[in-house]
Amino acid sequence: MNGVASLTIEQVQAGLAARQFSAVELAESALKFAQAENPKTNAYLHFCPDRALAAAERVDRKMAAGESAGPLAGVPLAVKDVIVTEGVRTTCGSRLLEQYIPPYNATAITRLEQAGAVILGKTNCDEFAMGSSNENSAFGPVRNPAALDRVPGGSSGGSAAAVAQGTAVVALGSDTGGSVRQPASFCGVVGVTPTYGRVSRYGLVAFASSLDHIGPFGRTVRDAALLLETMAGRDECDATSAFAPVPRFTAQLDGEVAGTRIGLPREYFEGLASESGRRIHQAVALLEKLGCEVRDISLPATKYAVPCYYIIATAEASSNLARYDGVRYTSRADDDTLSGMYRATRGQGFGAECKRRIMLGTYVLSHGYYDAYYLKAQKVRALIAEDFRRAFTEVDAIVAPVSPSPAFKIGEKVDDPLEMYLSDIYTITGDLAGIPCMSVPCGKTSEGLPVGLQILTRHFDETGMFRLADAFEKAGGFAGAN
Amino acid sequence: MKITESEVRYVADLANLRLTDSEIARLAKDLDEILAYMDALSELDTSTVEPMAQVLYQSEETATLRADEIIPPIGNAAALANAPLAGAGYYKVPKVIER
Repeated sequence: MNGVASLTIEQVQAGLAARQFSAVELAESALKFAQAENPKTNAYLHFCPDRALAAAERVDRKMAAGESAGPLAGVPLAVKDVIVTEGVRTTCGSRLLEQYIPPYNATAITRLEQAGAVILGKTNCDEFAMGSSNENSAFGPVRNPAALDRVPGGSSGGSAAAVAQGTAVVALGSDTGGSVRQPASFCGVVGVTPTYGRVSRYGLVAFASSLDHIGPFGRTVRDAALLLETMAGRDECDATSAFAPVPRFTAQLDGEVAGTRIGLPREYFEGLASESGRRIHQAVALLEKLGCEVRDISLPATKYAVPCYYIIATAEASSNLARYDGVRYTSRADDDTLSGMYRATRGQGFGAECKRRIMLGTYVLSHGYYDAYYLKAQKVRALIAEDFRRAFTEVDAIVAPVSPSPAFKIGEKVDDPLEMYLSDIYTITGDLAGIPCMSVPCGKTSEGLPVGLQILTRHFDETGMFRLADAFEKAGGFAGAN
Repeated sequence: MKITESEVRYVADLANLRLTDSEIARLAKDLDEILAYMDALSELDTSTVEPMAQVLYQSEETATLRADEIIPPIGNAAALANAPLAGAGYYKVPKVIER
């Protein structure tokens, strides 16, 4: 079967309906292609052909019986290896969980498989989703399909790379500080961070619980929107999942964006690399051509977002990662005493970035520093959220860069953690406020490196975000342009 | 200097992390730099701001109590399947209490 690398969900559905291929044939050819291509990028950590073929067979059986096989029937899906899959190894990019086989499925996985999705395998990521380049994976970095000597971004770099490379039609990632949008922008695909609580976190291995989101990747806005509407919605297994009804986002991609009020936050254009800046300004001009009303706005607390985020996220991480103590999760280092066993297991099992964040988080929560760091950061978070609330009384959407620069070289920032943290500067604010935000491709630099445009909207207004992104993608001819 | 090597050792102890001497030295340097950067927050007056622990948004009242139905748990064997050491239906760890 030709063209598996560029299929959209709609094309998969059309091909199945017209009997051009069966779901099993598609799964087999997608697996074969993905396994052959994977050595170039290291995007997948492992494949699950048995599960994929079983899912595809279910789709074929339903279709043969004349039943609906679901909106994602037969669609090859890649899943970031921090989202648990029953019976399929879930490593979180960590040596500690190298042999961990979850006894249950994440709710997002259950819903997508019920809708007919075919999971091909699990994708590489920074250890426990902590990183901005995928270089913190215990199983080697991922290379960017657009430039193999460059990072794909992180932490969901494997999922972004797989969709860009064509080794999956769509993928799941997770975003805590930009881990879906930044790799999407670096690899030239669509990546979405929904409203906090829109998608159940049940089965997403916890990094920072007040910031963690599951989010979709696709080669088109429509595909990402369809993935999101299929997995979103209240789940009793996650008390923070939202009761808000889930609209059919894909039914509202009508191109009617004229009159949309768009804010350009001036703080997001300081320190922007010149070529990325040019692409963003061209994108804004295109939005104006579509009839959007663009105005400058200010989000004054932005400059405090990086320190605020790295206090809150590491504090929550230090608590969440306490569970990896050698008792329950596969790895244990031997020691005569219980506390010695904890310490040895964790000392040997965690990589350098996880240790750095556990240490930072423990420090900011420790006696004497709690008020100065953690409590202070929670107050600054309120100011950042208030900035957005105020801005959205004047505008319907905010448009900004995703990242200060395009994909950097592998190894370029590994020795400077602070420099690496600063590459998240434009993405962490959306997570702190809990609003929906996404990256949509908006062109390439002269070196051929993709640049992403970020769109942010009000809580639960994914509909408006997707409508704008879809109109922009069509007007600019950016769909599938990886 | 925001943090010394002996403070790094103290925090590692709180975090149950056994670190090598070279890791301690590296972390002291990294954390010092990062904490100095985080001091930028102190220039903001937040005396009248309520801390935000969770994402908040306007929403309708919802019935948050679900029906009290029994759902079968995953079971002992499945729960213990990933244990490095298990026995008699429990996780096993090095001896904690001396007799």
